[in-house]
Amino acid sequence: MIATKTIPDFSLSPRVDQVGIEERASRVTKRSIKNETKVNGLMLALNMIDLTTLEGKDTDGKVKQLCYKAQHLLDTYPGLPTVAAVCVYPSMVKVAKTALGNSGIKVAAVATAFPSGQAPRDVKIRDTKFAVDQGADEIDMVISRGKFHMGEYNFVFDEIAAVKEACGNARLKVILETGELVTYDKVRRASDIAMYAGADFIKTSTGKISPAATLPVTLVMLEAIRDFYYKTGKKIAMKPAGGISKAKLALHYLVLLNEVLGEEWMNNEWFRFGASSLANDILMQLMKQKTGVYQSADYFSID
Amino acid sequence: MATKTKPGIPKESINLNGNGHSNNGTEPKRLEVLKTYKIYIGGQFPRTESGRYYHATNGKGELLANVCLSSRKDFRDAVVAARAAFGGWSARAAFNRGQILYRIAEMLEGRKAQFIDELMKQDSTRAQAEAEVNLAIDRFIYYSGWCDKFQQIFSAVNPVASSHFNFSVPEPTGVVAAIAAQDSSLIGLVSVIAPIIAGGNSCVVLASNTKPLCAVTFAEVLNSSDLPGGVVNILTGKVAELVPFFADHMDVNATVYCGAEANMQQMIKEKSALNVKRVQIYDKVKWMSEEAQSPYFIMDLQEIKTTWHPIENIGGAKAGY
Repeated sequence: MIATKTIPDFSLSPRVDQVGIEERASRVTKRSIKNETKVNGLMLALNMIDLTTLEGKDTDGKVKQLCYKAQHLLDTYPGLPTVAAVCVYPSMVKVAKTALGNSGIKVAAVATAFPSGQAPRDVKIRDTKFAVDQGADEIDMVISRGKFHMGEYNFVFDEIAAVKEACGNARLKVILETGELVTYDKVRRASDIAMYAGADFIKTSTGKISPAATLPVTLVMLEAIRDFYYKTGKKIAMKPAGGISKAKLALHYLVLLNEVLGEEWMNNEWFRFGASSLANDILMQLMKQKTGVYQSADYFSID
Repeated sequence: MATKTKPGIPKESINLNGNGHSNNGTEPKRLEVLKTYKIYIGGQFPRTESGRYYHATNGKGELLANVCLSSRKDFRDAVVAARAAFGGWSARAAFNRGQILYRIAEMLEGRKAQFIDELMKQDSTRAQAEAEVNLAIDRFIYYSGWCDKFQQIFSAVNPVASSHFNFSVPEPTGVVAAIAAQDSSLIGLVSVIAPIIAGGNSCVVLASNTKPLCAVTFAEVLNSSDLPGGVVNILTGKVAELVPFFADHMDVNATVYCGAEANMQQMIKEKSALNVKRVQIYDKVKWMSEEAQSPYFIMDLQEIKTTWHPIENIGGAKAGY
């Protein structure tokens, strides 16, 4: 319960050793993962994907096609898992919900004036409620980075708490947009604020800003989750998003996850990839493992 | 009679050439900086990801260089680079491709001495080496000219019995994986690369295993010739190890094999069937001869596209074109 939890002074969030974090993150990229382990890792990564389309030009047809792909990743490869969720704008939630039916794949909606977050609070709340009413299982909100940079941590905290309340039963992912926070210290502080304010997930990026997710930034956030867990006993999930388009990189993220948070987090309830083209690359690698032949994008669906 | 030596430092201690002899007793010989022969992928010169190498030797068994023993993963990376480069290269104006091929010839001309030197290290006589380098330059000039001309010769306007303007044009097939002639260092490589890129394809080429020096130096020429990175990728290594991957990679559209081994040819044909690759086998071509250059080498790696374009029946006009 938030009421019984003491809320720390966020200006005292731990400082991050930049050199140390980057060095440690680069170590995980040098592991060799082969054969069955690789296949298992790829299957798990596939099952953790939030298949995403967040474009101004999205149509009902595009969303339906994406939902079909979410359920039928590659029918010629029996035994594949589905992705975890489909991530769309609030106006597309109903279409996605209908298209996914009872497949068990969740619908996530980006709300709160995504991607900039520059809107009054009541607009953000209505945006969130609309998405929930349409049937969204998960809400991806953005924090007010401008207010955060101005040091108005209470404003950011209250906003997250208000959106969480508007979510009802939907799980809340809080997007920090780490590319706009610039330093690891600020990423750590924003992570702490989000978790104490009631986030179920913390998520790196909208995918609209470069740099998006990186290994070091993910490591900083995973450590924040670990410290929060030790302090409060509450598990928070993690979602790196944006820029993860290669299977090998996805495996690096899984190695990092396993080393920082351990096996309890190694499933799609506690970890997600926000991605669109990652799924095809993983499928190509799985086919390579199965047939022994290097694959071509020509023989896989267009994302 | 004792020779005169400078007082102070004994001559041996300033002898840096490492062979125990000073250079005619006057100047100390400079320690030569030897070139590292690396592979060429995506416009970069990486070492093989496998970290392996082999000794390139001359006919007498003397060591010439340590050369990368490329792995299938180097080939995979090279195909990714070739695929990425294909779109831009094939979309260029044919005339511009011709200009770039001409530029390659210019760069080759400027480094003639280096190629002659390398060919001689690999057992050619000076006369043979000069002839081979000159022909390599001329061959690029030859294909440079064909870049924007072969289409006109091999295109056709076809007579059809309906209201359509019907025409066929050659288009590049895509990414070509080629195994260059193994008995030649330069001319075999050049003769296989030039028609591939003249036609707008991109390629991954495996150089001669026993004579790899010129291939790496040729990659340096390509790198300074306005040829976009990834259009040509050059690997060095073992043919038997890499051929299966050249033939069965799903993202390769054609395989070229310049060798006479029957079982290898058979294997390439079988594996290439997987994604219906175009297979070209040049086992009887004499690369130093006239017959080794013709627009038909370009056409070997083209696909014919036929377009049916509806036309109106204009009142009073008769059929025909």
